[in-house]
Amino acid sequence: MKPSLAEGLRRIVGPRWVRDRKAELATYRMDGLPTHESEPGIVVIPGSRSEVVEILRLLHLLQIPFVARGAGTGLSGGALAESDAVLLTLTRMNRILRVDRRARRAVIQPGVVNARLSEAVAPLGLQYVPDPSSQAACTVGGNVAENAGGPHCLKYGVTTNHVVELEVVLPDASMVRIGSPQGEAWGPDLVGLFVGSEGMFGVATEITVRLETIPSAVRTLLADFPSVRSASEAVSAVIASGIVPAALEMMDQACVQAVEASIYAAGYPTDAAAVLLVELDGTAAEVDAESALVEAMLRDHAARSIRSASSPTDRARLWQGRKKAFGAMGRIAPDLAVQDAVVPRSALPDILDQVGEIRRRYGLSISNVFHAGDGNLHPNISFDRRDTGLAARVREASRAIMEACVAAGGSITGEHGVGNDKMGYMPWIFDAETLGAMQAVRRVFDPQERCNPGKVLPERACREWRAVPESRRAGP
Amino acid sequence: MIFSRLRALLGPAAVDRDPDNLPRVTADSTDALALVCRLAHDESWTIRVEGLRTWLPPDAPADLAVSTRGLDEVVSVSPADLVATVQAGASMDAVRRRLAEESMWLAVDPPGRPDRTLGSVIATGTSGPLRLGFGPIRDHVLGCTVVTGDGRTVHAGGRVVKNVAGYDLTKLHVGGFGGFGIVTEAHLRLRALPRADVTLLSRGGRDNQSAVARDLLDAGINPAALELISPSLAGESEWVLAARFLGVEAGVQAEVHRLPAETGAIWTQLAPDRTADFWTGLARGSLNGSVTFRLGVLPGGIDDALDLLGRELDTGVVSAGAASGSIRWTGDAGVDRLRGVRRSCAAREIPLTLERAPWSVRHALGHFGAYREGVGQLVGRLRNTFDPRQCLKVALEGSEK
Repeated sequence: MKPSLAEGLRRIVGPRWVRDRKAELATYRMDGLPTHESEPGIVVIPGSRSEVVEILRLLHLLQIPFVARGAGTGLSGGALAESDAVLLTLTRMNRILRVDRRARRAVIQPGVVNARLSEAVAPLGLQYVPDPSSQAACTVGGNVAENAGGPHCLKYGVTTNHVVELEVVLPDASMVRIGSPQGEAWGPDLVGLFVGSEGMFGVATEITVRLETIPSAVRTLLADFPSVRSASEAVSAVIASGIVPAALEMMDQACVQAVEASIYAAGYPTDAAAVLLVELDGTAAEVDAESALVEAMLRDHAARSIRSASSPTDRARLWQGRKKAFGAMGRIAPDLAVQDAVVPRSALPDILDQVGEIRRRYGLSISNVFHAGDGNLHPNISFDRRDTGLAARVREASRAIMEACVAAGGSITGEHGVGNDKMGYMPWIFDAETLGAMQAVRRVFDPQERCNPGKVLPERACREWRAVPESRRAGP
Repeated sequence: MIFSRLRALLGPAAVDRDPDNLPRVTADSTDALALVCRLAHDESWTIRVEGLRTWLPPDAPADLAVSTRGLDEVVSVSPADLVATVQAGASMDAVRRRLAEESMWLAVDPPGRPDRTLGSVIATGTSGPLRLGFGPIRDHVLGCTVVTGDGRTVHAGGRVVKNVAGYDLTKLHVGGFGGFGIVTEAHLRLRALPRADVTLLSRGGRDNQSAVARDLLDAGINPAALELISPSLAGESEWVLAARFLGVEAGVQAEVHRLPAETGAIWTQLAPDRTADFWTGLARGSLNGSVTFRLGVLPGGIDDALDLLGRELDTGVVSAGAASGSIRWTGDAGVDRLRGVRRSCAAREIPLTLERAPWSVRHALGHFGAYREGVGQLVGRLRNTFDPRQCLKVALEGSEK
């Protein structure tokens, strides 16, 4: 990196907020995915929207690529920057700017930690629903980039269903405000287009989110099953019944055993082949009626036992194993590749069988903890990346899992994004024309492709879309 | 010349003339539609798109018309996955009937006739009272196939209920009024039919009914729809507040029993066989005039917005989502008055989207208007990407700024 760049950045944010020493940069070498790493050329940590604008203006002038990053908890390598790029870390921009209780809206900066937002609005009887497992650390700005999900998105929708307005600084440093607090746009749905664009369209500097009322009654059921198949079939039965649980999560035996052997032990039966967590919320009468029906369905599908909890403490205990499953796996091996794929819900039993087969074929330790209600799988592969042979097998097994999910009519990612991890799989689900359309849309926001370059779109697989000169357009 | 070129391309059966004597193609596949758009692009012909002609008048001046009515198939329904794939020219009513066979439904109730096409609903990004409980149409479309203005076929999104692979191009086409391409097929998120479906009505003055709605919401009662309906739309002498509850029987009944005490209002429950008619009648009411637009207001701003409409137009056919903040007005008004309303709304930070109007009004005002700084440029570049020669005759923005 040129010294003039570092000087320019220091002038904008102050010397304290520019990092360019080797040891400092190492902190930013990875995100939550242990299979990819790269070190940024320089890191800058702006404290305000105007600093972001000034930084992007400088980078535009110097034609330098950049990557925006939140807490770095992403699981697709999406927030990694190469040595020729500037990493823009937004964690200082962590203020909740306004909360409107009656309208159920909050206006926040991108660096606000997901769980902190819900904590802050809880005294008003409100919550921010999308709850990725990393919610204690991840930022809402990162959630917007990835269109993050979480257990409670089954009933309430993912990030894109909760973001109504964005203030965005485009790569040329111009600012634009898209959407509206009401959720009715001043034009085409640019907010819908921006959410999930993996930081490749610009930098969101202000986010208006929809808040939901905390339901008056919540009940969590924990059911254990003699086979993964019976648990999967129970999931299908609940979904087909018309009842939409707030969350419907599954953990397999490998996952349950890891949790129960850890400090996060939640009292899950370790001999169960699979455990389902079902959460129902709404009014007390609704929850009573629905949980009776759901319990009957679980029993019909061979649930061995069902525990039920309604108080916050008891529910938290049932959830603890699920929420801390990834942490618990740290005991098994130093690294964990958390995979993410989606299949049609009816394909769950077969896909889980195939994941078991892949585990045996590659001799790996794979556990499953996932959003069963959405068909959103998370096969987790425990390994040690210092063992290069093992790491290669992890990559091959991940690929085989993706192949199986795509063959079942699914998608290569449900909530983690493509990043630089899954670009190679994109042509499996999108044809060259559609990939070309994505590339063309990206160029609308970022003509020079300097914003989070080298992610999502495999360049060679995109059919080129060329703009037509003004003179060749049809008449008025 | 255009007529014969189109016939040569697709065969005589696929091309006729519409009531305005315009060459009209009725495509029976996405590929056929793509061929037409490609030819139009090469020749710089302009295209207007129609479905079953129940919503937007097919009156845009163009060189040819393209009808989606040949694309009317419910391609697949997967009850276990709660997903269906439906072609854009299928009527909402046909989709409803097909899904009901499997005890499922698409939880939307858009304005217009029951035979309005799915493509029309998607293109206008519209929603009805059920937006409160189930979200607007954007939340129900998992993916779509689109033919662009230059004849490319794009497959946006997918068939699974959760998917973040690639950019979410579907969002651009839902509510894009066809300005970025013609939707030919969509993958839809379904729900199982609710076990109980109960609607209650309360009548009174507007301010009073608005207060009843607030009391209901403050009491933590969560209807799937809560609509404030003007007397002329309701066909009654007073404003009607309609609350619809969907779900399991016991849950719905408990909510219904709480209503009188929590709101202090008198509620009458619709007979089960009248519920569907009531809501479809409300949807049809949006055709009682030549112009329909929607406003997005925050729930606290509904009274002010209704006052504004009353002052600048009339409180004719109006339906307001008391909790969703979505207001729909239908009536007859010219360009100048509508422009005035849009300006007054913009001053209050309220977006006005023109959903239906004669071409003269659409052309002058645009479906959208009052873009914020920078938005117009982005929209222009997006249109240039998907329809480089502006063959698709769609008035996204008005001709007079």
